[in-house]
Amino acid sequence: MSTGFQDLGLVHFLGDPTIRSALWIGTMAAMLNGVIGVFAILRGQAFAGHALGDISSAGGAAAVFTGISALWGFLGMAWLAALILSGLGLKRAGERDLVTGVVLGGGLGISALFLYLDATGSSHSGATVSIMFGSLFGIPGSMVLPVILSTLSGLLLVLLCYHPLLLIAADPDLARARGVPAGLLETLYLLLLGLAAAISALTVGAILATALLLGPAGAALHLAGRPAQAFLYAAGIALFCTVTGIYLSYESFYWFGGTAWPVSFFVVVLVLLSYLLAAAWSRTGTVPGRPALHGAKR
Amino acid sequence: MSSPTSSSAMEEQNAPHLLEVAGLQVQIGGRSVLEELDFHLDTGQLCALIGENGAGKTTLLRAILGLQPVRQGRIRIHGKPASEERGQMGYVPQKIAFDPNLPIRTRDLVELGLRGSHFGFRGFFGNTSAAVAAALAAVDGEGFADQRIGRLSGGQQQRAVIAHALVRRPRLLLLDEPLANLDFRSTNTLVQMLGRLVREEKITVLVTAHDMNPLLPFLDRLVYLAHGRAAVGDVHTVVQDAVLSRLYGYPVTVLHHQGRILVLPEDPRRGMETACPGHTETDHGETGS
Amino acid sequence: MFASYMLHTWIMASILAMATGILGYFVILWRSVFAAHALPLAAFPGAAAAPLLGISPLWGLFFFSGLGVLFLRLFSLLGRKDIAMGLLLTTFLALGGLLLSMGQEYSAAVFSLLFGEILGISGRSFLPMVLIALLVLLLVLANFRSLLLQSVSPALAAAAGISRSRLDWLVLALLALVTAGALPIVGTLLTFTLLVSPAASAQRLCSHPFWSLVLSVFLAETMTWLSIAMAFWTNWPPGFFVGTLGAVLFLLSHLTARFRSGLRPSADTAGRPGLSSDPA
Repeated sequence: MSTGFQDLGLVHFLGDPTIRSALWIGTMAAMLNGVIGVFAILRGQAFAGHALGDISSAGGAAAVFTGISALWGFLGMAWLAALILSGLGLKRAGERDLVTGVVLGGGLGISALFLYLDATGSSHSGATVSIMFGSLFGIPGSMVLPVILSTLSGLLLVLLCYHPLLLIAADPDLARARGVPAGLLETLYLLLLGLAAAISALTVGAILATALLLGPAGAALHLAGRPAQAFLYAAGIALFCTVTGIYLSYESFYWFGGTAWPVSFFVVVLVLLSYLLAAAWSRTGTVPGRPALHGAKR
Repeated sequence: MSSPTSSSAMEEQNAPHLLEVAGLQVQIGGRSVLEELDFHLDTGQLCALIGENGAGKTTLLRAILGLQPVRQGRIRIHGKPASEERGQMGYVPQKIAFDPNLPIRTRDLVELGLRGSHFGFRGFFGNTSAAVAAALAAVDGEGFADQRIGRLSGGQQQRAVIAHALVRRPRLLLLDEPLANLDFRSTNTLVQMLGRLVREEKITVLVTAHDMNPLLPFLDRLVYLAHGRAAVGDVHTVVQDAVLSRLYGYPVTVLHHQGRILVLPEDPRRGMETACPGHTETDHGETGS
Repeated sequence: MFASYMLHTWIMASILAMATGILGYFVILWRSVFAAHALPLAAFPGAAAAPLLGISPLWGLFFFSGLGVLFLRLFSLLGRKDIAMGLLLTTFLALGGLLLSMGQEYSAAVFSLLFGEILGISGRSFLPMVLIALLVLLLVLANFRSLLLQSVSPALAAAAGISRSRLDWLVLALLALVTAGALPIVGTLLTFTLLVSPAASAQRLCSHPFWSLVLSVFLAETMTWLSIAMAFWTNWPPGFFVGTLGAVLFLLSHLTARFRSGLRPSADTAGRPGLSSDPA
């Protein structure tokens, strides 16, 4: 956050290459997490999505330790965890949460070790904060293109499997009866969840990645009346929160006398506010078929 | 095992049956659930699959759908292996409970019946509204077409799923316990609807139930499952004291009253003296097969 | 390793391990793994705020984990519980991160709060924590039958006049207390492993309710002692050992249970709570 804080204007905000990279990555994280988040919530896998984000921190820490790019670190660990979870093939929700919890614990343990090694090994003393709470303004410009490409391929995959994924979300039995390869799609979906978590971890940090995944999607499900709406609303809300968060963090440098508040703090608070607003809005009765008071237990 | 198969010898062998199940054996976790099952269905028949809980009704439906691995035997649709003919089948599972958060309307669920297995972009093109409307009409579902499925009543959700299954115009419709948890009025409405599908649309319907009575007016065929074995035929050949006693391995009594049929274990006071050799358990409360 | 400055840690950790072993047993039975994960994170800003306000971290932890319980109950009225928990924990974490960024030694402080520190308990919070851990034990044991009945069959519990919502509050409050105690040593992120892993393993290995509870406590103690000893020797964070030991322990007990049940598919048999036979 060393450059570009001389002026208040939006032109300078957008003219700053650091900010432009941040906006690109934030946009990608928002779109992917909004869309994948809707599936995650519908399939009762909020905890799995959260776990993948947390576990990806081990990869991020290992990346710092070995000197490879943080994106591949986050992604590698998130995918490893996704493959373990899908390999265990747990069907019942309670059992799934339990095993997810244990895998999450193991992943966080590894993360602790690598962050410790990062901190004791020479020049990476800030690794814990940047991996856990994100450092969007510290991401090198060279990472923007890989993030854009992987996000777009992820979204393309969702589009290609849109109807089968939706049917599985509605009722896995119906999908299987239709000959949809549910097991294969489950693995694909977990990998997409891992990708979303990794890019979200880049943006807001590994342990805050869940916010972008669950918040906008949860809000959208309060508001949407039909499938396509849910995905568009979720991506839109996530985008709004991320971009506004980046802007506020940039501006906060001036408000608080020279120390900018973290991007992730603003994004998370905005996500929480939009979820609460959407939940309150859906209670006014203007939304078609608002969700029940107590959601269905999975 | 002698099952009174009513008429298979009389039917011509050159025209394959719509559904043919032959020598079917299914094991789950080392336990035999179905042993040597044989029956067939033809176009435009309503067949009930009757049996107590755990008799293997759902397993049989899943085997027909190709979701349950089969140990031995074959299942064919129009002479071809059923697993290749999934497009000819529609399925309505027993447990239907949609999440109220699902942003999916009845109309969308029915459309997913057409597009739910479409990968790639072809699912986004083409007009499906006529087929969806027809399927909704077939279940009298126009009234709740635009409501979220998770917020419909149980009976409405069931009709939505039937429309989802019908929209592809299947030749064989499989329903798992559709009459469970319905009140009298909804039961009769559903049975009338199934009868209409069979008579007018010439769809073959296979329904599992633990009580055959509501289905009797439209029933063409009956598969009675107990202890992994089956008795197959029309109602009058299957539902008889001797046939069912042999199937259960325990004496049972069939009562007829004003066109309704009741299958009961024999009077327990009598059973105390003449228990069947090798079968000491009673029918009540015995859920395994 | 057993020097006097380590004494507080050993005693404290032993008491806390007992509390987490017992409480974790109900976390697993009630399938509230996500809640057990979310509450420590909710307590996180408490520890972060304490140095800024000049108070003992313990009070900060209690305050925020209490706040976490309140929000958890409030949010779950809005819709699905899992979304509420996901948002709650990220908000609290972000707040903690912000507070820490205002203090000194930012990164080191974040690290020790997230992953624990064997000397995380200061002398002045020792006594209150011992008392609280004992209170937890007492309350769980006093309500043992109700808690057990509630987890076996909510309908039976209701028939026996046991209030679900009162028990919910009780378990959440106890979780908050134990969390606040364990957090400085084990760390925010891995406190929940101590709640989940021993209890889940015990329930796989043993089907008698009381003995599986005892086994859960035993496993929690073993895990804690091993972690502290190894953290002491290697100087690595205790969280690493807790997390990986937890995963290994669960894997071993899962395999044992599977081996014992022979041919039967594990997903159907091994996952059953360690109580009674199958009801349905």
